[in-house]
Amino acid sequence: MTLTAVLLLGAFHGLNPAMGWLFAVARGLQERSRDRLLQSLPVIAAGHLGSVALVALVVGATGSLITGRALPIVAGVVLVGFGLWRLLSSRHFRWVGMNLSLPQLAAWSFLMSSAHGAGLMLLPVFTAAHTGHAGHAMSGGLGVAALHTLAMFVVAGVIAVIVYEVAGVTILRRAWFNLDRMWAVALVAAGVFTLVQT
Amino acid sequence: MLEPMSLWKPDPTFYPTPRDAAAAPAEKLAYVAAFDRSASRPDAIAVLDTDPDSPAYGTVVGWTDLPFVGDELHHFGWNACSSALCPNAPHPHVERRYLIVPGLRSSRIYVLDTKDVVSPQVVKVIEGEELAKRAGYSRPHTVHCGPEGLYVSALGGANGEDGPGGIALLDHTTFEVLGQWEHDRGSQYLAYDFWWHINHDVLVTSEWGTPSMVEDGVVGELLLGRKYGHRLHFWDLRKRRHVQEVDLGDQYQMPLELRPAHDPTKTYGFVGVVTSVEDLSASIWVWHKDGKQWAVRKVVDIPAEPAPAEKLPPILQPFGAVPPLVTDIDLSVDDSTLYVSCWGTGELKRFDVTDPFNPVETGSLRIGGIVGRAEHPAAPGVPLAGGPQMVEVSRDGRRVYVSNSLYGSWDDQFYPDGVGAWLAKIDSDPAGGTFSFDERFFPNGDDFRGLRPHQTRLQGGDASSDSYCFP
Repeated sequence: MTLTAVLLLGAFHGLNPAMGWLFAVARGLQERSRDRLLQSLPVIAAGHLGSVALVALVVGATGSLITGRALPIVAGVVLVGFGLWRLLSSRHFRWVGMNLSLPQLAAWSFLMSSAHGAGLMLLPVFTAAHTGHAGHAMSGGLGVAALHTLAMFVVAGVIAVIVYEVAGVTILRRAWFNLDRMWAVALVAAGVFTLVQT
Repeated sequence: MLEPMSLWKPDPTFYPTPRDAAAAPAEKLAYVAAFDRSASRPDAIAVLDTDPDSPAYGTVVGWTDLPFVGDELHHFGWNACSSALCPNAPHPHVERRYLIVPGLRSSRIYVLDTKDVVSPQVVKVIEGEELAKRAGYSRPHTVHCGPEGLYVSALGGANGEDGPGGIALLDHTTFEVLGQWEHDRGSQYLAYDFWWHINHDVLVTSEWGTPSMVEDGVVGELLLGRKYGHRLHFWDLRKRRHVQEVDLGDQYQMPLELRPAHDPTKTYGFVGVVTSVEDLSASIWVWHKDGKQWAVRKVVDIPAEPAPAEKLPPILQPFGAVPPLVTDIDLSVDDSTLYVSCWGTGELKRFDVTDPFNPVETGSLRIGGIVGRAEHPAAPGVPLAGGPQMVEVSRDGRRVYVSNSLYGSWDDQFYPDGVGAWLAKIDSDPAGGTFSFDERFFPNGDDFRGLRPHQTRLQGGDASSDSYCFP
């Protein structure tokens, strides 16, 4: 059940054009090079992993300092608050620059994932993992982040290649649903779930 | 006041590629900035019906008076455009809805809401004092929606300073002035137009003059002294730094409108030069990458036309010729066709620029002109003043709109017996065929209620409004 949720959330993040597959497609199209697209994807996934793993580490460190019940309550409140802010705010992530080196692309992905609260969405899993032994929880959290990112990478990669090779970016006009709203709702739901768990 | 803008699907007027945009449906409305030269009545946004199936086709169907006088509306732009689809900071679920309309003389900036109305409604006024306090600029001019917000170029400095001019940033959603864009302006002092090669993180600016050099008309000593702008500046869009200055040569006075290729893989663009002080000719230049450096090359020369002194306004009598005065150019979205306005000789030229370094003239129309006073076929026997000036091209490249006023005080110098008011539509075959006036489309004279028409913006975007991140 938890594993399924981790993978599905990874797929959801991979699906979101804002999380990087679209940037990989643009980079490929700019130089008419599928290689450049394929090079970009692992770099983007690495940035995403960094963002999610950071949340896992923070939960692990916090969990070793405070008692069991306080952790999910804090996590749930943070999530609901962040989700509501994402839902109600019309601000969007700002980043100037299209012509990025691969390290800059990884930094972009890290910041984009963090600004969207990609790792926060996994808080229920991280806090649940923490009910056991502290050391296991830490390594378990990182394992979850890795699995999640693997799912994200696979989905993003498949979509990027299909759009680049077959569908074309014109499909964005019809198929780009406002995932930011669904994303915000998912954050709030994850927060409520975390609170209910306690 | 400003409603939150969020859609479930991308705004239908956003296009990932120039090719997609060129397949867009025809515009149904056109917005035209119109100003009162006497500054005794409010300036206005006039709205034209551009739907050929509508009974009101070719007429003024909407009108929005601004709340103040003396703004001198000039250029304007949209709050959002196709660059919202760019993958580095995508936000395509906002609406192309608000017109950002600067007053070139008053330094006010208006925000007008176009949604579900024919006549847009003023929803926000940014006073010149706020622009001065936050960005240090005055006389706002060109507006482009871009990665850090709305970019607005400005001719003048603030707080009593004539310059430097530069670019102010406005917030995407609240339209508050965020501040001055430049972190390091290098050698740049004069300002006018700007645009970018968005996928290359390059911004380009051109030069006209400071407010004291232009507001009371062109100053002969400054022009003959080669003191107006004659350079292009290239900037790092990301770091906001001046990278390189390219001098066209000081005889080439006033490189104004910048039209970079819409194809984001390309790094060239066109700029028109108003006049050469050596022979009053006008010229078109291409900027391009030469190795790691930027370079320019003159690709079109348009000579002055000799004329008897008695037919010329005082400012031109010593020269015995009419300068073409290329004051605006526009590049079709598919980068195939360049339209060039010769406001002095009253000519609109069309060039095939498929090879940007070797433009081929594929059409010419005459209307107005300092000496020619050519008629419009819809009003035979009526000599026209003014000439083709602001030129706007539809996304599909088939319709071209030209208006006849340049800038209040300059209109009065070159057309001292009155510049009039007219706006013409031209049907153009992008393949190089048809190039002719639409006889059903000629709002003029009293249609503009005594105001002078300047820039036209087409509903849903046009050839000079959007940038694209996908080739």
